[in-house]
Amino acid sequence: MEINMTFLGQMISFAILVWFTTKFIWPQLNGAIEERQKKVAEGLAAAERARAELKDADAKVAVEIKQARLQATEIIDKAQQQGNQILEKARAEATNEINRLKAQAQDEIASMAQRAREQLREQVGALAVRGAEKIVQREIDPAAHKALLDQLAAEI
Amino acid sequence: MASEPQGGLTEYIQHHLNHMTVNFSADHFWFWNLRADSIIISFVLGAAFCLWFWLFARKATSGVPSKGQALVELAIEFVDTQVKDTFHGDRRTVTPLALSIFMWVFLMNAMDLLPVDLAGWLVHTFAGDEVAHHTYFRMVPTADINTTVGLSVAVLFIVIGHGIKAKGGFGFGKELLTAPFHANNPIAKLVLVIPNFLLNVVETLSKPVSLAMRLFGNMYGGELVFMLIAGLMVSWISFVPGVVFNTAWAIFHILIIALQAFIFMMLTIVYIATAREHH
Repeated sequence: MEINMTFLGQMISFAILVWFTTKFIWPQLNGAIEERQKKVAEGLAAAERARAELKDADAKVAVEIKQARLQATEIIDKAQQQGNQILEKARAEATNEINRLKAQAQDEIASMAQRAREQLREQVGALAVRGAEKIVQREIDPAAHKALLDQLAAEI
Repeated sequence: MASEPQGGLTEYIQHHLNHMTVNFSADHFWFWNLRADSIIISFVLGAAFCLWFWLFARKATSGVPSKGQALVELAIEFVDTQVKDTFHGDRRTVTPLALSIFMWVFLMNAMDLLPVDLAGWLVHTFAGDEVAHHTYFRMVPTADINTTVGLSVAVLFIVIGHGIKAKGGFGFGKELLTAPFHANNPIAKLVLVIPNFLLNVVETLSKPVSLAMRLFGNMYGGELVFMLIAGLMVSWISFVPGVVFNTAWAIFHILIIALQAFIFMMLTIVYIATAREHH
């Protein structure tokens, strides 16, 4: 257990070692470590930010969807209303047409009845004349009695 | 020393406790003995540490680290965490110091795990019987008091340097004379200068002594136990227990190796931290 020159040598070696570590090893490695720590921290912060953004976007999407649904409902309502209106209008037009057709038919019927009545009246007039002929047993001049006969026919 | 009559194990151990010594002075004064084995092994290990860490430091990336870089970073962050917990200040010089101490002492301690006869066997094999008889080589630099004292005295200088840097030359000197006993009137202050100074000297000197003796004692003792166990393997009867004991002691010694390196580093940090404190 003697202390000798070795001790000085070891001291010098130690000093060199410490100097080397301080100068060449520590700064580089520590720099890398610290930079990585910063990167990791930034990455985590970015992830956090992205998560928050995603949440925001989700909320926005929900609002949009709600609005779209509302709009769709409105459109459907409007379409239904419009459909009803069209139906109503068509119904009214159809009714009008029916009424018109009915009126026309009634007119026709009326005119046909009129014509039939007139024919009937003429035929009745003729029949009456013939009957009268038979009754009178003589021929009445239709031309001479035309005015009379017409009057008769009109009276029937 | 080897003339004792027991021979055998005693001689074996005494042979193993001799250092490879070189003396440069003409009169062979003992102080000028240089223990070449301690110096060479510690220097090689220090250089290995430098090279290893430097290679990774050179191409250190802040991106995904290689496994090697991760290992190096693990060591650095481990040391840095310890420093951070104990020492509150600029760590740019303290952590490298702690890292150097930890890795160097750890590597030197780890030499204890090499077989005690490895060096002897190598000399034997490559240089022959005759040379081996006169050649001494001890593998564990920290089992040499010179290494541990060298380290702890260097640490002492660093600690004092930190004290002076933190308090200024005047403040450091003043504290040396006025702490730990404080007084208010000047006469009492003057009276207390001597006990204060003595106490501070004792306190300061006890630090390197305790650091050096603790590490030296642990490693020397560990080495001695390895040698005693190696003595078991001389006979075939005790060979198997020898192997068992050797393995058990080696496994236990892994703990001591790391623990002693850690304690040396930790105490250095604590000493620096206290040196920077104002009393």
